[in-house]
Amino acid sequence: MTTYESATDRLGRLLTMVPWLMRHQGIDLAEAAATFGVDEAQVVDDLQLLFVCGTPGHMPDDLIEASWEDGKVYVGNADTIAHPLRLGRDEALALVVALRALAAVPGIEEHDAIDRALAKLESAAGDAARDAAAVSVAVDADGHEQEVLTTVRAGLRTHRRLHLRYLVASRDESTERDVDPMRVLNVDGRWYLEAWCHRAEDQRMFRLDRVEEVSVLDEDGTPPQQARPRAVGPGVFRPSPDDETVRLHVQPQAAWVAEQFPVDGVERQPDGSLLVDLRTADPSWLVRLVWRLGGQARVVSPPRLVELVRDGARRALGDPA
Amino acid sequence: MVRPSPAAAKTERLLNLTICLLYTRQPLSKSRIRTLVPHYADSSDEAFDRMFERDKDELRELGVPLRTEVIDAFFDDEVGYRVDQREYRLPEIDFTPDELAVVGLASRAWSQASLAGPAAQALRKLQAAGLERDEAGVSGIEPLLHTTEPAFEQVRRAVLTRTPLRFTYRGGGAGVVTQRHVHPWALTSWHGRWYLTAHDVDRDAPRVFRLDRVEGTVTLARASGTYTVPAGHDARAMITTSQGTEETVRARVALRPGSGHTLRRRASEVTPGEDGWDVVLLDEVSRSALVADVTGLGPAARVLEPAELTAAVRDRLRAVLAAHDEQEAP
Repeated sequence: MTTYESATDRLGRLLTMVPWLMRHQGIDLAEAAATFGVDEAQVVDDLQLLFVCGTPGHMPDDLIEASWEDGKVYVGNADTIAHPLRLGRDEALALVVALRALAAVPGIEEHDAIDRALAKLESAAGDAARDAAAVSVAVDADGHEQEVLTTVRAGLRTHRRLHLRYLVASRDESTERDVDPMRVLNVDGRWYLEAWCHRAEDQRMFRLDRVEEVSVLDEDGTPPQQARPRAVGPGVFRPSPDDETVRLHVQPQAAWVAEQFPVDGVERQPDGSLLVDLRTADPSWLVRLVWRLGGQARVVSPPRLVELVRDGARRALGDPA
Repeated sequence: MVRPSPAAAKTERLLNLTICLLYTRQPLSKSRIRTLVPHYADSSDEAFDRMFERDKDELRELGVPLRTEVIDAFFDDEVGYRVDQREYRLPEIDFTPDELAVVGLASRAWSQASLAGPAAQALRKLQAAGLERDEAGVSGIEPLLHTTEPAFEQVRRAVLTRTPLRFTYRGGGAGVVTQRHVHPWALTSWHGRWYLTAHDVDRDAPRVFRLDRVEGTVTLARASGTYTVPAGHDARAMITTSQGTEETVRARVALRPGSGHTLRRRASEVTPGEDGWDVVLLDEVSRSALVADVTGLGPAARVLEPAELTAAVRDRLRAVLAAHDEQEAP
């Protein structure tokens, strides 16, 4: 960890580390470092700081004992700070908001555990937890998504393969595929299934609202060895560097385009319109987007795409191409 | 021995101060504290005063419940300081393994968002209080939150402390930029976006703001807690309503075979039509959404009825052609 830590942040870490170390006497330096997200040298620095601190008087008997012989850490004589500081506002907020979001997951079986954990946290955190009511995450699923979610989770639980009829909206194509489910994610309120897809022979992220039909198959659905959950960033779907760059001139009314899709660059024009650069592996998706915008967006480049937009619009109007 | 860096010296001083205030049973006067905490004793009067005031603030900011109490009931003008052990400590929480599993999951939800640090710290505190981590997942469901909006941190602080806010806001539609002055009520993530619900002071009405449309710096008022949030404020209902509901219409659309899957999914009936195309019947569909969907399908879709929507789609397609007119300068 190389991020800057202020003196107060470090104090916060020490006040948590001391009670943890006191409960884990003789723990490996490496494990202590990993638990607190710092390197071993930092833990040694921390221990060096601890043993010059103590209760008033600061005679040898008053000071905290800290040692790290043979990479094993021991901490003692620190009774005043032997318990962690109660949860701060942001700490309580983070847990309470996420737990409440989890509790709202339709059909989740752990309702009971979530409710109990919430009640305990709220009573331990007091005011800090009450403030958390002002921040919330609305997790919902419509009737169709709920049905899909239930079936997908049944597949996950029993490690069985799933058959999907899945709408690839960008290609306006309905596809059939067998997948081995890995996990269900709710990313910023949208539902996704991450699974090993036997059609693509690769792992894929599926939006649950685009799963038209799902059934649990009899086959074992354990994903292959190489399937590993991927880190998910905002927006989930990222363009690849090989994708073609398209420049659009977008009127102010259609500025949402720049917010909705991952864009490489946006240049705001004096009249409020935008020049947007975005990348796509699938030009037909972009052509449909431009038609959909009904004149509020113009393809600047590449020329081939301009031709596709014109040609399709003429044919739709029944004009000779 | 090497002299500690200024930052390390400060951590040392704050730790000694915390221990000293936890250790005492009686409130300690400022002058007494000065004799008990090594770094204070070595400082000039003026430097000590400044340091002590700042240190108190920082401990409070960290969540240390620092009490100010009258030292002696007979001389009530002298105040002292202490920290009550019972107020300081995280109460013993006895989580069962299944509870701990959901708490772990909750802490990971923020792993890529602005509360990643506090979430991890909260879990460590629970572990420091004796809980052992349980990596068991919760039936494969993982919530993940993102906070990419630059305004998130400031708005969150304002909401939690009920502090009036000023910011520049780019409205939807024509993207008009306005200055807003609001009393924040709640911060809500809904369908992938963070929304602020608030009382708009200038408009004297409740308003919903999208955080990703807040531009530039956000200014918090000096005083917090100066207003109250209406009892029973339902942020989600307010956001849903602000999205607007539109009149729906019954429509028939012709689709080329194999296309228009989104429309087919919503159809109550699909029948074969002329030229091998399919005709789908949509019982309740919003006008603007249907026009956008059909226009987006280009030559693969046509609205059969109502006629006004057929015309609306054709108008849009003509607008597409006009925008891409060869005569127009690039």
